[in-house]
Amino acid sequence: MSMRQMELEVMRYDPEQDDEPHFQSYSVPCEDDWAILDALNYVKENIDTTLAYRWSCHMMVCGSCGMMVNGEPSLTCKTFIRDLPDKVRIEPLENFPIERDLVVVLDDVMEKLRMAKPFIIRHDEPPPEDQEYTQSRAALYKFKQYTMCVNCMCCYAACPQYALDSSFIGPAVLALAHRYNIDSRDQGKSERLDLLADHDGVWECSFVGACSEVCPKSVDPAAAVQQMKIDGAKEWWKQKLGGGKS
Amino acid sequence: MEKITADVVIVGAGGAGLRAAIAIAESDPDLDVALISKVYPMRSHTCAAEGGAAGVKGADDSLENHFHDTVSGGDWLCDQEVVEYFVNQAPRELVQLEHWGCPWSREDDGSVAVRPFGGMKKKRTWYAADKSGFHILHTLFQTSLQFPTIKRFDEYFALELLHKNGKCRGVVAMEMRSGRFFSFQSSVVIMATGGGGQCFPFTTNGAIKTGDGMAMAYRAGVPLKDMEFVQYHPTGLPGTGILLTEGCRGEGGILVNKDGRRYLQDYGMGPETPVGEPVLKTMELGPRDRLSQAFWHEQKKGNTVETPWGDCVLLDMRHLGEKKINERLPLVRELASSYVGHDPVTDPVPVRPVIHFMMGGIDSNLNGETPMPGLFAIGETACSGLHGANRLGSNSLTDLLVSGRRSAERAAEYARKAGEIPEDPAMTAQSEDVVTAIRELLQQSGGGESIAGIRREMKSTLEEGAGIYRDEEGTLKACEKIAELRGRYGKIEVHDKSNVFNTDLQQALELRNLLDIAETVAEASLERRESRGAHQRLDHVERDDEHFLKHSLAYRQPDGRPRIDWLDVTITRSKPGVRDYSGGKSE
Repeated sequence: MSMRQMELEVMRYDPEQDDEPHFQSYSVPCEDDWAILDALNYVKENIDTTLAYRWSCHMMVCGSCGMMVNGEPSLTCKTFIRDLPDKVRIEPLENFPIERDLVVVLDDVMEKLRMAKPFIIRHDEPPPEDQEYTQSRAALYKFKQYTMCVNCMCCYAACPQYALDSSFIGPAVLALAHRYNIDSRDQGKSERLDLLADHDGVWECSFVGACSEVCPKSVDPAAAVQQMKIDGAKEWWKQKLGGGKS
Repeated sequence: MEKITADVVIVGAGGAGLRAAIAIAESDPDLDVALISKVYPMRSHTCAAEGGAAGVKGADDSLENHFHDTVSGGDWLCDQEVVEYFVNQAPRELVQLEHWGCPWSREDDGSVAVRPFGGMKKKRTWYAADKSGFHILHTLFQTSLQFPTIKRFDEYFALELLHKNGKCRGVVAMEMRSGRFFSFQSSVVIMATGGGGQCFPFTTNGAIKTGDGMAMAYRAGVPLKDMEFVQYHPTGLPGTGILLTEGCRGEGGILVNKDGRRYLQDYGMGPETPVGEPVLKTMELGPRDRLSQAFWHEQKKGNTVETPWGDCVLLDMRHLGEKKINERLPLVRELASSYVGHDPVTDPVPVRPVIHFMMGGIDSNLNGETPMPGLFAIGETACSGLHGANRLGSNSLTDLLVSGRRSAERAAEYARKAGEIPEDPAMTAQSEDVVTAIRELLQQSGGGESIAGIRREMKSTLEEGAGIYRDEEGTLKACEKIAELRGRYGKIEVHDKSNVFNTDLQQALELRNLLDIAETVAEASLERRESRGAHQRLDHVERDDEHFLKHSLAYRQPDGRPRIDWLDVTITRSKPGVRDYSGGKSE
């Protein structure tokens, strides 16, 4: 395995010490199959134990290690040095307050997740406890893609609307609400309507599609938002004309 | 220090912790639940499980079958009343998840699909493509959001248990964001912190899996049971240790050596089955312990393939075709392509055994109760006796659900009986002691030892002394070495002095937890002088039911070293017999 010397320019910020963030450079001997996360781990183990960042699974599913890599929101365990120049700039995810170094404050989106009511809502009785719902593969594939979100928050870092106004619900949470709306087992669509129709909801999305471009799991939140706009308009008319929630 | 009281404290918000929290919130909205986790719940390592969750489903299967597969898979070290309860409850829990929205894969008729898995006589592994754990975790997390009585403490790192007169009284934790300490006082703590695969160098386990709950219980005087049984998963990616699910073989993938021979037939798992037509409990669908041991022998014989990351065998899935691989194993394709540059559609993928799961853990029973009243343990951090000497793939995801709900019922009952938490200066003092010790750790300097250095030595020590095959000399050496490392730990220096998200300090504390459990692994491996399941001794090659049909119990002694004691296994209706994976009995 061959080695390559990389220069990592890493944003550092300790609110107890620093007035504002600054960059620190590390020269890291990288094996050529490494991901950026491996290079950060090298720094942490061998050069500077004070560097703070989140990570766990190193296999693209826990969603912890989202950061800006050369300006792109990226899951660093699947951002490989073979695809990058010798000098790489690593910053915390944009559009979030910095907690420490590469760690950002996630409170806002965590609270928004709850607002999406991301659970099955039933008006009819569910089947008995020993009996599952029947769901065709076609019905599963309709929403499956939207279940793949790892909450890495890269889409929020890329979203121009969230950058302008953090009250915007944002891509991942809208995609999650949509995931439940179109699950054949769910009957809670009208209860999620407030979230969507509100001024902070889908209508705020300017459909730049940056969220879908950066999504490391190909969830395509932009498509979810567009579908929700159509569904939302239909639902709104239905309620206007039908005189109540369907 | 701030004090927080709750009726029930749950430490760990992975599959088991979340399932328990939901069960309490659903059954008794008067009980306050404090759910403490060192990471956001969706980061918990349940997310990395791929293959699926076992529960009897088909009309051709029976609870009896699942019971016998589990008991023989565990080489008769399973407590059979626990297995009985588990297989009975498994289908109900999996249906419950379906009702909560888990995107299980489906059969043509719209029912939930099941796939074959190692050591299972029938197809009974429910799956969501190859991201089953991920979907289970997210379904549970999202479902939990509707319950206002579950109060989450995300990114709070639990440090030590509080206890008085032998009873559990809570836990001390540090908020990562602020470095502030909190004394969580409660008569009930449910430990759900997962395993500790990070004490080995090469593991499928995420960085967070540092055995925290096991170590906290151990230091509080609760024994750790069966710690010598550590499972190697036979198909990890070399270099990173990333898991490639057993589902690869369940769907028909085969294992070959450098000559293209399906070598498992040479280790009692033949006769060879037709390629692409997997036969249950045979060849590639043998249990994980046997497959990992076969690799070791192939390596000794020089039959493995040399790769830039060391010796490997090849997992060949090409005959499954692109369509099936994309539908059933999309993550596997992405992982193998990204990390070792082999697309399973076109290339065999190099794999090797890698540390995956701890059968051992906090001594508990089928209710999750431990010897310390008020302390419960569930999921991988517990050892209820379910998995015995070797866990069958897909039994652990189901265990998170079954043990999570069951312990919640008992914990809720216990909490109701215990009533209000009394004001107790002794608990506050105990909490302050924990904080004082950490402040001292932060201040000490000049000792010359590094966290990463000791961690590396610990990992290689366990790999050498307590790996796939063990012997007296090697395990003894490992015991001595880890005791030495525990001593040297006193000379580490935490360079980061910040209160804010101090991962240097966190890693120091995690290393302490790892050293504690590593020592129990080594010591129990030394004392079990027989070969059973995942514990294989080159100097005691046979199973010895006369002396070792027993659980080991590791107690921490005042000098910090473990003392091993023994506990009888509960046998109800399956007498120890021969584990047969030779195809003859499968249907």
